[in-house]
Amino acid sequence: MIAELGHFAIVLALAVSIVQGTLPLVGAQRDIEALSAIARPAAVMQFLLLVFAFVALTIAFTGSDFSVLNVWQNSHTQKPLLYKISGVWGNHEGSLLLWVVILAAFGFGVATMGNNLPPSLRTRVIAIQGLIGVGFLLLLVFLSNPFERVFPVPAQGNGLNPLLQDPGLAFHPPFLYLGYVGFSIAFSFAVAALIEGKVDAAWARWVRPWTLAAWTALTIGIAMGSWWAYYELGWGGWWFWDPVENASFMPWLLGTALLHSAIVVEKRDALKTWTVLLAILTFSFSLLGTFIVRSGVLNSVHAFATDPARGVYILAFLVVAIGGSLALYAWRAPTLKTGGVFAPMSREGSLVLNNLLLIAATATVFIGTMYPLFLDAITGEKVTVGPPFFNATFVPLMVPLVVVMAIGPMMPWKRADLAGTLARMKVAAIVTVAVALLTLYLSGFEPILAVLGMALGTWLLAGAAIDIGERTRIFGISFGDTLKRGRNLPRSAWGGAIAHAGLGVAILGITGSLSWEIERLQIMRPGDRIGIAGYEVEFEGVAPVPGPNYDAVRGTFRVYRDDELVEVMTPETRRFTQPSMVTTEAAIRPRNFGDLYAVVGESNGDGGFATRIYHKPMINWLWVGSVMMALGGLVSLTDRRLRVGAPRRRTAETKPALRPQQQAT
Amino acid sequence: MRILSIAILLAGLFAGSATAQYVDQPLSDPQLERRAQVLHKEIRCLVCQNQAISDSNAHLARQLRVIVRERLEAGDSDTDVKTYLVDRYGDWVLMRPPLKASTLILWIAPFVILAFVLGGAVMLVVRRRRQQQTGVTPLDAQEEARLAAILDEQN
Amino acid sequence: MRLRYLLPAIAFVVVAVGLGVGLTLKPREIPSALIGKPVPEFSLPAVEGRTGGLTTADLKTGSPVLVNVFASWCGPCRVEHPLFMELARTTDVTIYGLNQRDAPADAARWLETFGDPYDKTGADLDGRASIDWGVYGVPETFVVDGAGCIQYKHISVLTREVLEEEIMPRLQGQKHVPCEK
Repeated sequence: MIAELGHFAIVLALAVSIVQGTLPLVGAQRDIEALSAIARPAAVMQFLLLVFAFVALTIAFTGSDFSVLNVWQNSHTQKPLLYKISGVWGNHEGSLLLWVVILAAFGFGVATMGNNLPPSLRTRVIAIQGLIGVGFLLLLVFLSNPFERVFPVPAQGNGLNPLLQDPGLAFHPPFLYLGYVGFSIAFSFAVAALIEGKVDAAWARWVRPWTLAAWTALTIGIAMGSWWAYYELGWGGWWFWDPVENASFMPWLLGTALLHSAIVVEKRDALKTWTVLLAILTFSFSLLGTFIVRSGVLNSVHAFATDPARGVYILAFLVVAIGGSLALYAWRAPTLKTGGVFAPMSREGSLVLNNLLLIAATATVFIGTMYPLFLDAITGEKVTVGPPFFNATFVPLMVPLVVVMAIGPMMPWKRADLAGTLARMKVAAIVTVAVALLTLYLSGFEPILAVLGMALGTWLLAGAAIDIGERTRIFGISFGDTLKRGRNLPRSAWGGAIAHAGLGVAILGITGSLSWEIERLQIMRPGDRIGIAGYEVEFEGVAPVPGPNYDAVRGTFRVYRDDELVEVMTPETRRFTQPSMVTTEAAIRPRNFGDLYAVVGESNGDGGFATRIYHKPMINWLWVGSVMMALGGLVSLTDRRLRVGAPRRRTAETKPALRPQQQAT
Repeated sequence: MRILSIAILLAGLFAGSATAQYVDQPLSDPQLERRAQVLHKEIRCLVCQNQAISDSNAHLARQLRVIVRERLEAGDSDTDVKTYLVDRYGDWVLMRPPLKASTLILWIAPFVILAFVLGGAVMLVVRRRRQQQTGVTPLDAQEEARLAAILDEQN
Repeated sequence: MRLRYLLPAIAFVVVAVGLGVGLTLKPREIPSALIGKPVPEFSLPAVEGRTGGLTTADLKTGSPVLVNVFASWCGPCRVEHPLFMELARTTDVTIYGLNQRDAPADAARWLETFGDPYDKTGADLDGRASIDWGVYGVPETFVVDGAGCIQYKHISVLTREVLEEEIMPRLQGQKHVPCEK
């Protein structure tokens, strides 16, 4: 019953979204209040309906209602409750439902919190959210119904894949979706602005927080996914330039550009067409990415046949949504009044460069990801594009970007003197060179990229520190005054500095772990010892260990430093019966300067076991840096200026009027 | 039942017989082993998502690692080993596909994009410079008088 | 309308066309590197309980054969198995089974339970022969012509559509790829 209600809810939501997406647009265009007034209640209703549907599906999963096809395919009575819940979005139909729920939630947010938005803008934004919803709901209702029934009802479910029963993997999709879908607001605002023909500071002030929230969520989602890969997949790899990963990374890159571009619109009334374009492109890549993954266009090895109708529909939706908005952009963007002028050498100029480099980086990742498809389409030839391509092209693009990232915030608006700005960054430059030399001394010329990486990370960190230091006059005034200045600094200044510093920390982590990782691969018998990074690791042996739904063989390693026992590491190999699958669980121990990572493998039939022991220096800086970036986003979000909204324009009654002649007498 | 499955698991891990387990036994010659590990990073695990066989514990990855070691021990050069695998699996078993006309386009593309981007940046700079040069022309006498009149009206 | 505003839209159109063509392409997986090459040298015993092992010579008898790579631990193999049973029952196509990395007892039990459509089986216990065939997953199905030359490889579950459009014609000698030595 609950499944039918859920089904009914999404059908109804489709109807509501059609209404929401059409009538208010007409109302805003023709100034018909009755039609415009439909927008807000429609958005509220759509949200409530979809939440209901999501709850209905969740109930079906947690109740193990195998008469629902989706539940049968993706759940199992033996799954822990937590993973029954995460199973709701761990499949195509359910995750689409999550997508539309979040989409409706953002529309709901604009409807309920958008009181200080100009009414016509608000109406249009809600309407466009509705239109996007129509696209997804059509897919959901007609081609991907999560509430389909199966008969006869199976006794047990099929979905007990152990890989999915993991906190990192299970819970990173909601963050990703908050990110992808969050960018839809910027998209809707951009399209609405193009229709209205106006982009101003108020518009930017509204777009920024939503974009920030989406960006922060996406940062967390991507970091969680990488972290999961680190401890679960293979032996500590965390990024493979896989199409699925790239699909999430491209919106992130563009979203970063959008964030910064919107700042310029708000503060300087410039870069309007850039920002509008970026808003459209960011969400377009969200759409493109999610659909690439769902339509089966990028075949993975041994992919089963995907429903061709889905792919065709999705492409049609992309053409309408992206093609339509870009056509609108081509037509209306020239009418947007150009705003403040600025010299090329200025903060605005550095942000333009930032935009360009990020777009170039996105285009590079895009080409690498789609190249196999395009080549196949044109010549029928099959190639694959792997990490060597991306590493060779993406990394060099990032170098100038990182250099500029530290300088940009130090530049004044409108016109900057590069020499003067750099002079203020003397200390950062000195620290950077010092670190580079130190790296060279400690590590030698091989690998030389280590020196570059350490230098870049330090440059960012030092630049962020100098930025805050300057704003709080840390060396010019008393410390108490500095603290006071620090407290009064706008939160977005802190947020930006923390985020930039976070990226610096992450770069240091990446550099350290890639450059100086030590890998020890050997057959060990009980009692054998090997040395690694100043530790002695002794293999004790293996023992069988039963688990909740698996049986494991656990290896034990005792780790000594200076003859003192510092760690006991217990990696496992787990065999699951349903489905039949073997996973390796590595043992990871964070130590002062890196992770110790141990894996126990197969027996050689002679009492020895294949073991792998790694020391990964500074790998945790990558996770810390990612958290810092997200934290920077959150801190910026708490900036009061973003929540108060733009000041209301003074109306005719309050402006001093021309006094009629009579009053003078 | 549980004991049985643990026993099977242990048996599987201890097996040397029927279904041979491919074990990562490093070669005794450290030079050869180093070559093996470098090669492992260059060969794709065909059943994984974009991982090299050095990165994955999938059965195929393990099997291929062992095979690479065997071929090196048999005296193959690095190229021979790669050819051995390419003969069976095609070019796509290599992480870095050989440079052909079709992949050339791929590698050139980012540079084209970068040129585009930098070209765009240069164009923007030039346009800005030109804008600045036109500057602001001062008002002439008539416009000045009009301005004064408007300001008077306001007060 | 200035060109630079139109650029993103134009770029998108190109991408969309590419995606469209990509969608309409028959979902082909990576073609085998062994198409048009002779079958590798191998010699395998039969699966436990069956007679008739599989060797290279069996594939050069002058008439085309199907070689299906299967395993008891492979779920999708069960999905395509009925099709092979039907093929064995209703046609005179020669079907050989290459059993990959299976414990003998498991493979025997699987064939007992689900039926044995294979004229001959080869038990590739350690998976070496599969590597020589360029197999990287299960199931896979090869079409080999009478001269022992690999004509076609299908990856993943065999469907009736592929059987009728790709496999049967080749078994009858159509779409023949010349063999290199």
